[in-house]
Amino acid sequence: MPTVAPLDLDGHCLAAVFLNNVPHFALADGVVHRLDHGHKTEQANDGLLAAFHDAANDRLLTAGEDGKVFAVKNDGTVEQLAEAGRKWITSVSAGPQGAIAYASGKTAYVRFADGKVKELSHPRSVEAVAFAPKGMRIGVARYNGATLHFPAADGKPVELEWAGAHTGIAFSPDGNFLVTTMQENALHGWKLADGKHMRMSGYPAKVKSLSWAAKGKWLASSGAPAAIVWPFQAKDGPMGKAPLELGTRGNTMVTCVACHPSQDVVAIGYEDGMVIAARFTDTKEVLLRRPGKGAITSMMWDREERRIVFGSAAGDCGVIDIAG
Amino acid sequence: MSDTQTQIPVTVLTGYLGSGKTTLLNRILSENHGKRYAVIVNEFGEIGIDNDLIVESDEEIYEMNNGCVCCTVRGDLIRVVEGLMRRPGRFDAIVVETTGLADPVPVAQTFFMDEDVRSKTKLDAVVALVDAKHLPLRLKDSKEAEDQIAFADVVVLNKTDLVTEDELRAVEATVRAINPAAKIHRTQRSGVDLGEVLDRGAFDLSRALENDPHFLDAHDDHDHDHECGPDCDHDHHHHHDHDHHDHDHHDHAHPSAIHDVTVQSVSLRGGEMDSKKFFPWIEKITQLEGPNILRLKGIIAFKDDPDRYVVQGVHMILEGDHQRAWKDGEKHESRLVFIGRELDAERLKNSFEACQAMTAN
Repeated sequence: MPTVAPLDLDGHCLAAVFLNNVPHFALADGVVHRLDHGHKTEQANDGLLAAFHDAANDRLLTAGEDGKVFAVKNDGTVEQLAEAGRKWITSVSAGPQGAIAYASGKTAYVRFADGKVKELSHPRSVEAVAFAPKGMRIGVARYNGATLHFPAADGKPVELEWAGAHTGIAFSPDGNFLVTTMQENALHGWKLADGKHMRMSGYPAKVKSLSWAAKGKWLASSGAPAAIVWPFQAKDGPMGKAPLELGTRGNTMVTCVACHPSQDVVAIGYEDGMVIAARFTDTKEVLLRRPGKGAITSMMWDREERRIVFGSAAGDCGVIDIAG
Repeated sequence: MSDTQTQIPVTVLTGYLGSGKTTLLNRILSENHGKRYAVIVNEFGEIGIDNDLIVESDEEIYEMNNGCVCCTVRGDLIRVVEGLMRRPGRFDAIVVETTGLADPVPVAQTFFMDEDVRSKTKLDAVVALVDAKHLPLRLKDSKEAEDQIAFADVVVLNKTDLVTEDELRAVEATVRAINPAAKIHRTQRSGVDLGEVLDRGAFDLSRALENDPHFLDAHDDHDHDHECGPDCDHDHHHHHDHDHHDHDHHDHAHPSAIHDVTVQSVSLRGGEMDSKKFFPWIEKITQLEGPNILRLKGIIAFKDDPDRYVVQGVHMILEGDHQRAWKDGEKHESRLVFIGRELDAERLKNSFEACQAMTAN
């Protein structure tokens, strides 16, 4: 039987992650809580707006209202990596070779491991940034499409156009596809080899959470009463195929998804705080956590693939142990 | 999940450069009124107050991908409001300051069209600051100045000390011609009572139009000398002799008597309506004429309905609800005001009147 070790915090949890297998919870007030032989806290941003788990360096990148980017490690160190003035930093991401990217207003910044910063200006607001899995390449979500840059070189960016506001961005783990979340209730995708479009629509709400399954074979998403899982095994991605709908509930919406690191299983968090796990092959479901106080906002599996750390909009966070 | 108890009110402050917005903002941020405001500005600029809750944001207008050109939202506001609302305990209300040239419509529509924003906040009122001295000039060179007035719930006629009483009356008549439904306050150095601009509930169907003498008596052709409330000091006689030129004066339509004004208002009045006719009609009008309609407000009396029904709209967005029971002796009358451009007043009037319930005599 799965068990839940609750951690009741006061405030909106933006990121719940494992750093060196220690559960960490980053709250909107910029305090990062961790459960490391007791409850400990560190202050990062004065107002947290975006966080990204930098898996390669086992650290949490945080960006916020204070216009700063910090790296938080499991030993309690909080290192300031960048500062962009008085404006909010609304997106942050990590890439290869210790590089990070962040965005404020119409500018995307790439900070390389040696501390050098490259500014990439755009005519419209940068809604989100993400690194391609290989090579020094970033994608920027913007109004009417996405822009791809090679920040280490001086070259013309690649523009991918699709009408509408693109608010989030993610590359597939193999680097073949780029997917954006939109202001409309839809995802958009491009096959990068030929620029082919992929429209993934039909959501009743905005998609705010995306998670790639092991080896990038599936893309799970929130924004519906079920987790919507698109097949990406084929050359053309999900084109012409219907998605799986896992964990359908009649009275609430999926707000967060986190795919299992190796198996075709997804952890699904709901608006009412409930968490389940569902298997792709037979759609079998297991209840992991009963409804709580707030919508699930963030989840992550641990290295042993046994525990899930979760955060909620109301601060009722915790760690689920699948094996109990 | 929308919970009206916890929705944070949002005031939108518009006005041309030099109209006194910054002065008003500074007052909102510094005066001792017992409320804390988060303020979203385009530039920190001259706001001389250090406050964590002043957020600088690049105005970012997004057209919705639904084929409707008037369905625009402010993308940056969606992001900023979402960020602010993750720590709601820090403030009681939000003020959005727009640039001088800003179109107020996308700002307002953000609070109706984005589900996340709508569930956490509610538009309280759109306040337009108007420089009494420079308004005639502004109207000559910009459509935005006119839009801001047309779209406002409250117009703060500022810098009244820089004009003569006659000039002021003319300016006020212009504002009234553009927007007969707005409440006008004359002031100097943005010295308006903050209670008149904040927490107005202008978009709150249960409060809207309740204390609105101008709307209720909106330019009735048969009753120009109506009684007004104490705050009403405008010229009730339509002596727009200045700049008068040829235009149609058909009933209830008020194309402005002033040059450079392209916004018009159409005030309709009727008896009890047939809900089976009225709803399809207003939906059709807002669908077809949506791009031309800046605002619409109305109180509708339905036949066999003991409650007043209130409607309001922004372009193609339409909201309506029962407000309260008709009071004893209150005339069951329907009123509707359209503010917009290229409105066919005659056609609106005829089709509106056709929605009236049949009465057997």
